Amino acid sequence: MATEVQIRKTPSLVVIDDIIHKHNSERGAVIPILQEIQNMYGYIPPAAIDRVAKITGITNGEIYGTATFYNMFRLEPLGKNLVKVCHGTACHLAGAERIAEAIFIEVRAREGETSADRKFTVEQVACLGCCSSAPALMLNEEVVGRLTPESVRKVLRKCKCDDGDGE
Amino acid sequence: MKSGNGNVVIKVGLGSCGVAAGGRGIFDALVTKLGNSNISVQRTGCLGMCYKEPLVEVMLPENRRYVYGDVTLDKLDRIIDEHIINGQPIAEWLLLADGITAEETNPLSGQQRIVLRNCGIIDPESIDDYIGVGGYKALEKALKSMSQEQVIDEIIASGLRGRGGAGFATGIKWRFTREAKGSPKYIICNADEGDPGAFMDRSVLESDPHSVLEGMLIAGYAIGASEGYIYVRAEYPMAVRRLRIAIREAKEKEFIGEKILGSNFSFDIKIREGAGAFVCGEETALIMSIEGKRGMPRSRPPFPAQAGLWGRPTSINNVETFANIAWIINNGAKAYSNYGTEKSKGTKVFALAGKVARGGLVEVPMGMTIRDIVFTVGGGTSSNLTFKAVQMGGPSGGCVPASLADTPVDYDSLTNVGAIMGSGGMLVMDESTCMVDLAKFFLNFTQDESCGKCVPCRIGTKRMLEILERITQGKGREDDVELLEELAVSIKRASLCGLGQTAPNPALTTIKYFRNEYEAHIAEKKCPAKKCQALIIYNVIAEKCNGCRLCQRFCSTGAITGKKKQPHTIDQKKCIRCGLCMNVCKFDSISVD
Repeated sequence: MATEVQIRKTPSLVVIDDIIHKHNSERGAVIPILQEIQNMYGYIPPAAIDRVAKITGITNGEIYGTATFYNMFRLEPLGKNLVKVCHGTACHLAGAERIAEAIFIEVRAREGETSADRKFTVEQVACLGCCSSAPALMLNEEVVGRLTPESVRKVLRKCKCDDGDGE
Repeated sequence: MKSGNGNVVIKVGLGSCGVAAGGRGIFDALVTKLGNSNISVQRTGCLGMCYKEPLVEVMLPENRRYVYGDVTLDKLDRIIDEHIINGQPIAEWLLLADGITAEETNPLSGQQRIVLRNCGIIDPESIDDYIGVGGYKALEKALKSMSQEQVIDEIIASGLRGRGGAGFATGIKWRFTREAKGSPKYIICNADEGDPGAFMDRSVLESDPHSVLEGMLIAGYAIGASEGYIYVRAEYPMAVRRLRIAIREAKEKEFIGEKILGSNFSFDIKIREGAGAFVCGEETALIMSIEGKRGMPRSRPPFPAQAGLWGRPTSINNVETFANIAWIINNGAKAYSNYGTEKSKGTKVFALAGKVARGGLVEVPMGMTIRDIVFTVGGGTSSNLTFKAVQMGGPSGGCVPASLADTPVDYDSLTNVGAIMGSGGMLVMDESTCMVDLAKFFLNFTQDESCGKCVPCRIGTKRMLEILERITQGKGREDDVELLEELAVSIKRASLCGLGQTAPNPALTTIKYFRNEYEAHIAEKKCPAKKCQALIIYNVIAEKCNGCRLCQRFCSTGAITGKKKQPHTIDQKKCIRCGLCMNVCKFDSISVD
């Protein structure tokens, strides 16, 4: 099944500095730097923005502006699993809203929210490009298609079980 | 990839569609079961028949191929036993078989594959596979026997126009960039496929990444550039991964690097992952994004050919455009321009989706009619309902009603009916689609994705959306349609970039062709397609309901009540009209009015 996003718990300046220095010689590296920080922590910690600003010499405001312009950047921590519900045109016609409703029934989180047990963050995306498998979602890195309200609940339930109780 | 040594080769489609349908499980099962035999199990990309994924292709010696669709683990056991071991194909599950499939049931009939030539045939993670089908021969030909001008002349003569949407002549763009003053020069591959409903770029990158790299290399040589960027959507992790593998392998084989193939041409290719902004498909916004800024467009001129990335001459071309280049260099401009119409040459890949029977990627000569694409290639609607319209070109495009289905698909004919070619998304709709809801859907998308820089787009799309929302809620006013039209014209005229200039198209075309639906929502407070939640009501048909309680478990507001094995009822005050109950009911006992 889908691999979970590996997330480090506490932001470390050493790790963040490494990421910045890795890209800093390239021009226009702010977005790759922010992407790598987000891959590391699941979101962009406020301390990271300050650090990027300090090392690159770009203002805090400009970095914050870039981070908030693009849909992919998150300034809040992520749940253990990331569910991206596709709302592309084909998925819309195939009932994406009903899939979102079924997800809410299963994990009690609506799009843009993280479930109370922090196991699922649910997001809305414009199109995953798997239109022939509509309605579809992306669970962590893997696309699951041809969903029904019943099958989506099963997929999420299985994901919960795979996580185990020790988490 | 060929089974020349007399062995059987089995290929499993592992593009995103194949994986989404469970292809990886099939692949793993095949490896486990056949790993110790002399049968080779291989991964391949997308054959385009996404509606039948997971696909398994059995290739016997002499290259006879048999393609099975909708393969499950159970079916796989039988395919292995009967076909692979005992040599008896299972006719009823075959989707396609050389020499057996009749023309009318052949999913590839009517298609002409240039861009998709290797998709679903080679292993996208193997450069040797690509070289095995003639890959990088065009680069060699260009570097060793053609001048830079000759390459550009060839592309101009082919008539190739940009496949990203606007349809500007590719060769002319290259010439402008070549002749522009300033250095270094850059090539950018626009792989920020943001149109919801279009997925050809994803599929090409996942299935045949080297063809795009080769196109970029040839462009780089022709223009005199030394560096290229691929700006690819972050929502496409598999495409990004395969591109990285392809670039690494191309560097190892010295197709990318210093003094390529012994020439004086050096070129490097880098990947930049997009960060999720539709507007970055616009070339000046894309450049801003690569430069690390907010992706906001600027006015043109100067065009990127004069002042692009870091202010240097830059040619930006789309994935599909690049995937055509090597074929044109190998086969000549004339062979390419034999396909298509007078002003739209070659082939075009369409992403057929929505209510179509054979959804997936199809590549057809330009000029084929919408009817032929939907019915001959796509197999008609997937439901029993009547074909109503197609939406061409995503949120920037327009809908073309069934009455205009004989419109040939080329740049100019589509513009004449109010739609655009766009990137090639072709969404098929049947009678169950509400056209007002569709317009609202697209406006919701464009107003959300508007970068906010210019007023007509930022505020205009918002106002249009508000009007569409009130119409779908049954609160439409008498002159709302006229107001929408007036706003639409102003937004189109005054917006800074393509996003705003095209955003009103879905509303304008649905008004033009389906005005009666708008009027039904406004005057009668009715949604003819029974889609708009505020105008419909769900009820339980007591005679059909056997009280299984499934719908109760799927009702998030507790609106459905009733004892087990007794007909249920819906409390209309609590019902949010999500329609889940109707979706899950196995006895058709929920009605909508």
